[in-house]
Amino acid sequence: MPKISFKGGVHPKDHKHTTRYLHITNIPATKEIVLPLSQHIGGRSNPVVKPGDEVKIGDLIAESAGVVSANIHASVSGKVIAIEPRLHNSGYNVESVVIENDGKYTIGYTKEDNKWSDMSAHDIIERVKRGGIVGMGGATFPTHVKLAPPKDKPIDSVILNGAECEPYITSDHRLMLEFPEKVVVGLKIIMRALNANNGYIAIEENKRDAIDTIKAYIAPEDNIKVVTCAVKYPQGAEKTLIKAATKRLVPHGRLPMDVGVCVDNVATASAIYDIVVNNKPLVDRIVTVAGGAIKTPKNFCVPFGVPIGYLIEQAGGLNTADELAANSVIMGGPMMGVAQFSLDAPITKGSNALLALTDEEAFKGSETACLRCGKCIEACPMNLQPIRLYESGKLRDVGRARDASITDCIECGACTFVCPAKKHIVQYIRVMKSVLSKN
Amino acid sequence: MQNWTITSSPHIRAEDNTKNIMTDVIIALLPCIIAGIIFFGYRVTALLAIAIFTSVGTEHLWCKIMGKRSSIKDLSAVVSAIILTLMLPPTAPLWIPLVGSLFMIPIAKLAFGGLGQNFINPAAAGRGFLLASWPVIMTTWTAPWVPLTLLSNPNVVTTATPLAQSVAQLPSYLSLYIGTTAGCIGETSVLAILIGLIYLLWRRVIKIDVPFIFVAVVFILSFCTGADPVYQILSGGLMFGAVFMATDYSTSPLTKQGSWIYAAGLGVLTFLIRTFGGYPEGVCYSILIMNCLVPLIDKIPTKARVR
Repeated sequence: MPKISFKGGVHPKDHKHTTRYLHITNIPATKEIVLPLSQHIGGRSNPVVKPGDEVKIGDLIAESAGVVSANIHASVSGKVIAIEPRLHNSGYNVESVVIENDGKYTIGYTKEDNKWSDMSAHDIIERVKRGGIVGMGGATFPTHVKLAPPKDKPIDSVILNGAECEPYITSDHRLMLEFPEKVVVGLKIIMRALNANNGYIAIEENKRDAIDTIKAYIAPEDNIKVVTCAVKYPQGAEKTLIKAATKRLVPHGRLPMDVGVCVDNVATASAIYDIVVNNKPLVDRIVTVAGGAIKTPKNFCVPFGVPIGYLIEQAGGLNTADELAANSVIMGGPMMGVAQFSLDAPITKGSNALLALTDEEAFKGSETACLRCGKCIEACPMNLQPIRLYESGKLRDVGRARDASITDCIECGACTFVCPAKKHIVQYIRVMKSVLSKN
Repeated sequence: MQNWTITSSPHIRAEDNTKNIMTDVIIALLPCIIAGIIFFGYRVTALLAIAIFTSVGTEHLWCKIMGKRSSIKDLSAVVSAIILTLMLPPTAPLWIPLVGSLFMIPIAKLAFGGLGQNFINPAAAGRGFLLASWPVIMTTWTAPWVPLTLLSNPNVVTTATPLAQSVAQLPSYLSLYIGTTAGCIGETSVLAILIGLIYLLWRRVIKIDVPFIFVAVVFILSFCTGADPVYQILSGGLMFGAVFMATDYSTSPLTKQGSWIYAAGLGVLTFLIRTFGGYPEGVCYSILIMNCLVPLIDKIPTKARVR
């Protein structure tokens, strides 16, 4: 099968060998669980419980507020002890529901075994909405909104993103190996909800085993194609994936639905399977815990709300030797993840990985003079000129930023990764984007 | 609160840095240096040493006076010094690389803000300055394997470079390729330059686009006007300039499309100067002229892919 690729991109060392063969292990939750009311893009959910309430696993604790928002469910059984601002893994304090775990793990929803093929698109979308499903690749956009595009924007193709192009992370890889049926059926459910005829599952070439496993679950009449992608970052970026799989270009300032495509992560498909077929709301996810500073890297199935310190502890803790000591702890991948400053930050719906990187792995250093080598331009998957965006950010020059199409930047970090002068290009682009949004 | 580094993503970086890139360029220049020493003797090492010492020293001193952190560790001054020396005639007096470096580093490079900010190639500027100031010294060449002394070489029989010779005396293609002709220290051996080119391509320091288009344009224009095209591309400073100066990051366009325009312009100008100009050689001045056009070329908008 020919592999698909895109223009630009970079080749960071993938570091996936430490966890790619490790089975997903379930871990119990901690005594105290912190569930932020903002685990998705969009409006903060409204709490429907109050301190003192008893909750069971899967009970609704906060409901979607507005069109773009999502429900949040209890990930353990126990008692709500507080609703107060707590540290979120974004670095901010966010209003959160704090639950004291009773250790019984009583399930509050009825386990079902539904025949999804009998369900209407409306039923599926209602279930997805009820289940609090959001994009689990990291973007955390509420999925039910994606499944109900405007009438004049019909979707004919659904792409499942199993590229997992960020280094270290293997959570999607393990999911595809251990629960291939959930992924494939999840895709079929999405296709049904959108009335789309073509399905694609995009997987990077370094996951041959996953490609073969997934293929075995696809029947010819399913109209699903497994597409092999070149190993290159950011292969999993939505717009590059659409171009590579369907040859369609998402125009400037438009969304995938404008070209009739919907892209979802494989983990999202699996979560959709859980709620539609088994009636299980989104209360846990697979998280890769890895990096040179982690003693025994793992793939865990983690209930939401446990602190990252606990996950590190479950993975043997941090290395104590000086040369292996943690330089930085990152929620998400090393290219786009968020650096953490406290072990108390909780695992949320978008947390696909938790990394502790050593001095050798993580960059710690300062900028030198720009050489004008043009490597950032070559690396940019969106065909932008990152150095120009960087300059506009340094100068806070709105006109320059717009001329250089700053809003097209997906902040993948390829330019910054490749820069020999170690310029903090993406950081300045983010600064400039926030300046623009305030104007 | 943990003692961790908190930075904006990405948290990992490629290993490339300025120093590695400059080291690669120096390695790529080694074959030319060796060829120069073989053909023109150990005098070459003295010229090199003076240029490097003056260039690095001047840059260090400048940074100290300006109250900035010294930038000599990025090795860019060493690269400029080597390139300048390789473009000198082997009989150049010892003060020539000294004066050349004193012009090249502070005026062509540091006055504009140092590495990456200079709009003209420092080595090309240094050579242009020397050529305009001491044209006789800079255009007096000797044949290879003539023993040269360190201080003065008044008795050495001088030879014109192949480009200034009449057709009857032209050296063979092979001797031009190997470099056994009169010429500047590092420019005569096309073989050595190509070895450097292959190394730079292999290390992905440069792309083939600019050298290829530059040389191809000279070849085609020479062919169309009845000059010997093979001869034109093998002789003079064309190959050396195309590989080591036209590819300079700071003074060439940022985008691929821009670099094509730049390279084509270099080819046309070199051809024009060689054919109609007063100088036998046009590479150095073509590069300087095109360098000045780079900010303009960079203004040509590239289409964002997703529109």
